[in-house]
Amino acid sequence: MTGSLVQSIDHVALLPAYLAAGTAVLVLLADVLVGRGRVTLVVAALGAAGTAVGAAVVGAGPTRRTFCVGTDCSYVLGDRAALVAVVFALLALGVLGLSGPLLRAGAAPVGEYAFLLACSMTGGVVLGAAGDLITLIVALETLTLPIYVLVGLRRGSLASAEAAVTFFVVSVVATTLTLLGAALLYAVTGGLHLDRLGALFAERPDLLDLPLASAAVTLVVLGLAFKVAAVPFHAWAPATYDGASVPVAAYLSTASKFGGVVALLAVVQHALPATVTGPVLALLAVLTMTVGNLVALRQRRTVRLLAWSSVAQAGYILAPLGALALAAGRAEEARTAAYAAAVAYAVFFVVLELGAFAAVVALRPAGADGGTIADLRGAARRRPWVAAAFGLALVGLAGLPPGLAGLFAKVTVVRSLLAGEAGWLALVVALNAVVGLAYYLRVVATLYAPDPAPATAAAPAGAPGQVGAAVAGGPVVGAGARTVLVVLAVATVVAVVVGLAPQLVLDLAAPR
Amino acid sequence: MRFGEFLLLAVLAVPAVGAVAVAAIPRDRAARLVGTVVAGLTLLLAALLATGDRSWTTWAAGTPAVRPWHRLDLPWVPGLDLRFHLGVDGISWPLVVLTALLTLLCCGYTLWRVPPGGSGRALVALLLVVEVGILGTFLALDLVLFFLFFEVVLLPMYAIIAGWGGSAVPGGPSARDAARAAARKFALYTLFGSVLLLVGVYVVVAAAGTADLVALTGGAGLSRGTQLAAFVLLGLAFAVKSPLWPLHSWLPDAHTQAPTVGSVVLAGVLLKMGTYGLIRVAVGVAPEGARWAAPVLGALAVTAILVGSLVCLAQTELKRLIAYSSVGHMGFVLLGIATLTATGLQAALIGNVAHGVITGLLFFLAGAVKDRTGTGSLAELSGLRETAPRLAGLLAFAAIASLGLPGLAGFWGEALAVVAAVQVGGAFWTTLAVLAALGGALTAAYLLRLLRRVTHGRPSPAVGRVAPGLAGAELTAWAPLVLLALAIGLAPTLVLGVADAPVAALVEVLR
Repeated sequence: MTGSLVQSIDHVALLPAYLAAGTAVLVLLADVLVGRGRVTLVVAALGAAGTAVGAAVVGAGPTRRTFCVGTDCSYVLGDRAALVAVVFALLALGVLGLSGPLLRAGAAPVGEYAFLLACSMTGGVVLGAAGDLITLIVALETLTLPIYVLVGLRRGSLASAEAAVTFFVVSVVATTLTLLGAALLYAVTGGLHLDRLGALFAERPDLLDLPLASAAVTLVVLGLAFKVAAVPFHAWAPATYDGASVPVAAYLSTASKFGGVVALLAVVQHALPATVTGPVLALLAVLTMTVGNLVALRQRRTVRLLAWSSVAQAGYILAPLGALALAAGRAEEARTAAYAAAVAYAVFFVVLELGAFAAVVALRPAGADGGTIADLRGAARRRPWVAAAFGLALVGLAGLPPGLAGLFAKVTVVRSLLAGEAGWLALVVALNAVVGLAYYLRVVATLYAPDPAPATAAAPAGAPGQVGAAVAGGPVVGAGARTVLVVLAVATVVAVVVGLAPQLVLDLAAPR
Repeated sequence: MRFGEFLLLAVLAVPAVGAVAVAAIPRDRAARLVGTVVAGLTLLLAALLATGDRSWTTWAAGTPAVRPWHRLDLPWVPGLDLRFHLGVDGISWPLVVLTALLTLLCCGYTLWRVPPGGSGRALVALLLVVEVGILGTFLALDLVLFFLFFEVVLLPMYAIIAGWGGSAVPGGPSARDAARAAARKFALYTLFGSVLLLVGVYVVVAAAGTADLVALTGGAGLSRGTQLAAFVLLGLAFAVKSPLWPLHSWLPDAHTQAPTVGSVVLAGVLLKMGTYGLIRVAVGVAPEGARWAAPVLGALAVTAILVGSLVCLAQTELKRLIAYSSVGHMGFVLLGIATLTATGLQAALIGNVAHGVITGLLFFLAGAVKDRTGTGSLAELSGLRETAPRLAGLLAFAAIASLGLPGLAGFWGEALAVVAAVQVGGAFWTTLAVLAALGGALTAAYLLRLLRRVTHGRPSPAVGRVAPGLAGAELTAWAPLVLLALAIGLAPTLVLGVADAPVAALVEVLR
């Protein structure tokens, strides 16, 4: 960057990032100096909570910009950036809670695990505030890089190593694509700041006639589509989710996906012309939700089903973005409504998804993988509250009452699509919701089905059958399991609250 | 808060809170008792909704076509154009009372007998949740709120069918699986309808900028294209729920597999959400679309009447037969709506209520027969009047009411629908009227066939075991329905009177 050699830096704007990075450092130090798993986890948890509070406090004030060249800033902490930072910090906190049983069982080293999670959180916290393409890509990589290791961190699991390699290779390719696109964009326009790019494309529509410009835009969008696991760049997701431990899979399907959405949104909203990105994203959205839902129908393993369903959910998130460019001369109001709808849906989704994963962790023995759906049979009799929370999260993901949060999420998307005159896309979303219900309902029905193996039903309740033993994991005890229940309870309460008062999320998602 | 607003809120809040209370009470019988009391209180509140000022009778230019007796309008989610806007008028009030009544009877019935499959209190709690959803649908004056309540019903009803259904026939796991499959079919079909409703609702809201049904009724300046699109979407959504042939195929399975109380609620009031929605939302909001689609709707309705009757003639299972008869009866209701005349809409409304009362009773009786004999197969049932004369007599009464004997409730809906079609005139509608009348004759044929098979002849082995008496709980549950079938048959003005003014107002804006 040329110009003045001394930049004034707004450290208050950077506070959330400092807090997140500081958490990572402190966790490392605590692990080295104290060396007790519990202390390390407490430090990480406090750090994540502090980051969330810090981001909320800073975000409550006016929009802060820093690292500016002229009017273009690389770091813009506005309302939505603060929301993103808070969501990431809370997700990291939640996943930390879910990891309790896993870490107590010794399935992964505590210090490294917490450190990597904190690093990843740092990337997420910065991501929302990124004002240029390079900051964006670096933040996104900081978010995902630690996850490669987290996925492979399960001791003695070949599946997890395979999953890590799959994820790594695919993700690196995706990043390369995005970088290439960014470089080409720079070649065409000479700018990297998102707002500058947007202004340039608005001023000189002739730039778009260059094939290079279209190629660059497409590459950036496709690279980011890998991160949200949009079809046809989704094949890594189910294998990776299933190979990873369940808490890491939870992190992947919430934080990592949310990161991809935020990045995509930043690029589409500020930088790239909607006439090019719109059709691409609309196509991606339709493919993603349809393929995700149809394949999820056939899944027999719990985490795989959740993975495919989250692929489908990514399609619903992309849909409003895709609708933007389909009708020319779109009113500004409809555009902001569409962005807000995507953010709102993503927030509703991560809450419900975290709840669903928390319930899976709670229903499974410590350190176990997700198991099959049949393993969940009869869970409602053994753990009525956990099963009820799981059912609520699944019904919410399907978008039906009593899961009002999910219902309002779908309503938000459909409304923005119809306000944007993309009625056909709204119909596709609606019909996909029907397919979605088919598999969510299957899981819920399994939870509430009578216990399997009537032969063992006669036995005392404390001696469940072969399948049952794997599910119940005995009466769950210990601090590790307790944190899982806390996370589950909090996620459920949040889901209920935003279900009754969705305006809270809608207000946060809409830029003021 | 005025008394009317309080009533509107209470009529939803009481069963909602009641459902939570019932689920929370650990003792099963006490919980069912509380549920029944709550349902009774709800019926009382629903009946009280008719009090207050409802003096207006004529429509005058400049006033909205929907003028509720009471209304309650609170903001909820401004970002989604959603307001908590409730109101009741002559079109919705009879259905509200019917819903509350049938829920009370079902809860009371559950006090006496819980179908195997799950705990009784869970069943009662779910019934109350279903009641909240149905009442909310009938009371909503906000399109988005209407959609919301429409959806509320889905999963509890699924749970009732899947959890307590299929067990009336002893058959072990396969019966359970059949119930679960039927429940899934119900849920997916109905959700298909409601997502179309969602899209249709927002097509209207996006074009009109408001979701207020009072303001929207009459078209509210929507363009022809918007109205056609909206009517197609909304019409399809309600056609699934009603159900209209050929979207009816979820209904026979769901009815057959559901437990008795589930069938009663399903046939008695759940289907009415579709026809009510068609009148209040689809026709009201998109009148131009309605005029455009009316011939198609009419033709499908008459097809439903004929197909339903013909299928019934070939049915061999008691509950399935009654379920298919619903397809035919709802066909008359839909024909009435399709005429878009005051007579036709009146026919639809009274047909709705009559079908709810009579089919509710029929399902109660069919459930009683199946519980006693252990079978629903017509081949294994005969001579019921020899062993259980009272049950057979009631069954005969319900069947005759259902076939539309003048003087009983079923007559008015069918007769008026045919009259309305004739009044519209023209070769097309006259043909429809003739075919519908023919369908009415077929209805008589299959119901008389049902009676001949079940009540007459020599008692079959299954029927031979049946004790002659009826339980007090059964009589208590059935008596109000029998009386209502008589009352509405003799004095149709009970329904037509209250609905007269709002229907006139609606027809006025349809022109």
